[in-house]
Amino acid sequence: MDDKATTRWGGIWRWVLPALFLVTLVGLWQLAASSGALADLFGLEDFLVPSPAEIAQALWENRSLLAENAWVTLREILLGILCALVVGIAFAVAMHFSGFVLRSAYPLVIASQTIPIVAVAPILVIWFGFGIVPKILVVALVCFFPITVATLNGLSSVDPEARKLMRTLYASRWQVFRRLSVPSALPYLFTGIKISIVFAPIGALFGEWVGASSGLGHQILQDNAQLETARLFAAVAILSAMGLALFGLAALAERRVVSWR
Amino acid sequence: MRPQTRESQTIAPPAPAGATTGEAILLRAVAHAYGEVRTLDGLDLEVPAHGVVGLVGPSGCGKSTLLELICGLREPGSGSVAVGGETAAAARLARCAYMPQRDLLLSWYSAIDNAALALRNQGMRRAAARAAAGALFERFGLAGFEAARPDELSGGMRQRVAFLRTLIAGKPVLALDEPFASLDAITRAEMQEWLAGALRGEPRTVVLVTHDVEEALYLCDRVAVLSARPARVVAELRAPAPRAEDRAAAVTDAEFGAAREEALRALQQAMRGS
Repeated sequence: MDDKATTRWGGIWRWVLPALFLVTLVGLWQLAASSGALADLFGLEDFLVPSPAEIAQALWENRSLLAENAWVTLREILLGILCALVVGIAFAVAMHFSGFVLRSAYPLVIASQTIPIVAVAPILVIWFGFGIVPKILVVALVCFFPITVATLNGLSSVDPEARKLMRTLYASRWQVFRRLSVPSALPYLFTGIKISIVFAPIGALFGEWVGASSGLGHQILQDNAQLETARLFAAVAILSAMGLALFGLAALAERRVVSWR
Repeated sequence: MRPQTRESQTIAPPAPAGATTGEAILLRAVAHAYGEVRTLDGLDLEVPAHGVVGLVGPSGCGKSTLLELICGLREPGSGSVAVGGETAAAARLARCAYMPQRDLLLSWYSAIDNAALALRNQGMRRAAARAAAGALFERFGLAGFEAARPDELSGGMRQRVAFLRTLIAGKPVLALDEPFASLDAITRAEMQEWLAGALRGEPRTVVLVTHDVEEALYLCDRVAVLSARPARVVAELRAPAPRAEDRAAAVTDAEFGAAREEALRALQQAMRGS
C-alpha cells in the first residue's frame, strides 16, 4: 500500500468513525424513545421525550421558521466574533508594543472574562434595546478574551534571536512586526478564533434569552414554555451544526493561511 | 543610508558611505557582565580588514556575547569596541551581519525569500530581490532549491541559505556563531569547504565562533583562544593554510596537526582556568 492510499484511508476514517458513532447514538436514542422506555425511566409523558425521528419531522415541518431564526442567530454570532477580532487584535498589538498599555490593560482583559454574562446581558438590553446590538456585544464579550490572549501570546512567542537577526538584516520595527511577529502569531490567532467559535453560540443564546423577538435562543425559550420539545431539540441541533460548520470553516481558513505548518 | 535600488546583481556592500568589502575590528580592554556574572574582562582583539579570525574557548565563556558586542546588539560595560573605526552601536550594527547558531530560517518564506530578507528590508521589490539572490543560489550550489520551504531542506542546505542571507546583507563584517555546530561530521566538512570557497570569492572581515579547533584552523587566518569566564584572549595562533582548496590535504598536513595540538593545549589550559 503506497503512501497516498494510506492517507486517503486515514482521511475517510476521520469522517466515518464519528459518523458511525453518531448513528449508533441516534439509533439507540430512537429505540429508547419510540418504545417509551426513556419516558418510563424518567416517569415522564411520552411527548416530553421526542425521538430523533420526531425531531427530524419537527425540523422539516418548521423549516422556514427555524431557518429564519437560525439566520438571525448566525448573524449575531458572526458580527460578534468580528467585533471581538477587531478589538481583540487591536488590544493585543497595542499591548505587544507598549509595556505601559500591557500593564494597564491586561488586568482588564482578564477581568472581562470573569464578568458573568448572565448579569451583564440584561443591562445591555436595558441600554441598547431588544435589537441585535446587545447580542453582538455579548458574543463579542465572550470571544474577546480568547482572541486577545491568543494573539498576544503569539506576538510574544517570537524567538528573541530571530528578532536580533532581523535587526542585523536592516529590518525596521515595522518590518520586524510584519515579517516576523505577525506570521509567528497567526497560528495562535487561529486557535483563539476556534475557541471563540465554540463559545460564541452560547453567548448569542444568552443575549436572546434576556430579551429578543427572534433567533434560535428566543425560539428555544418559547418552545420550552409551550412544551414543543421536538422543535426545541431541532433548534438545538441547528445551533450545534452551525457551531461545527463555523469551526470547520475556521480550520479550513487556518490551513490556507498558515500553509507552512 | 539605505539604497533604494541596486543595479548590479553582485553583492557589493551597500550601507555606510565609503565602505569597503571589509573593515577592521578593534576591541580594547572590553568588559561585560550579565548582572553578577562577569562574562568578559580585559579582552583585547584585533581583526584586520578582510581578516578571518576564529574564537575558540570553553563553552559558556561568552563567545556569543562577544559577537553581539561587535555587531552592536549589545554595549560593553567598559572598554571600547570599534568596527571600521566607529564605536557607536548603531554604526557597528550597520557594518555587521550576524549568523546565529541556529539557522533561524523563517518557515513562512521560501529559501530564496529567506536569503533575500535583507534586500526586502531595504525596500527592494520582491522580483528584484529574488533575482539578486537567485544569482548567488546558482553560484553557491543551491540552484533548484529557490522555491523550497525551509523544512524541505537538509541541515547543510539550511546553513547555506542562512549564510547567503548573511552575505546578501552586503555588510563588510560577518559574525558567524557556530554556524555548523548542528551538522553531522561529513556535512560539516563539506560545509567548511563550501564556506572557504565562498569567502575566497567574497572576501569579508569575519569573526567565527566555533568549538571545533580544526574548523577554526582550516577556515581562519588566526585563532584566538579564550579563557573561561570572565573571558579574555589567552593565546593566538596563526593557521598554516587558511581556506585551502583541498581541505582533506590541508587538515592532514603535519604543520596543521602541530597547530591543532598547540591550540588544543592552549584550550585545555584555558579550561583549567589559568
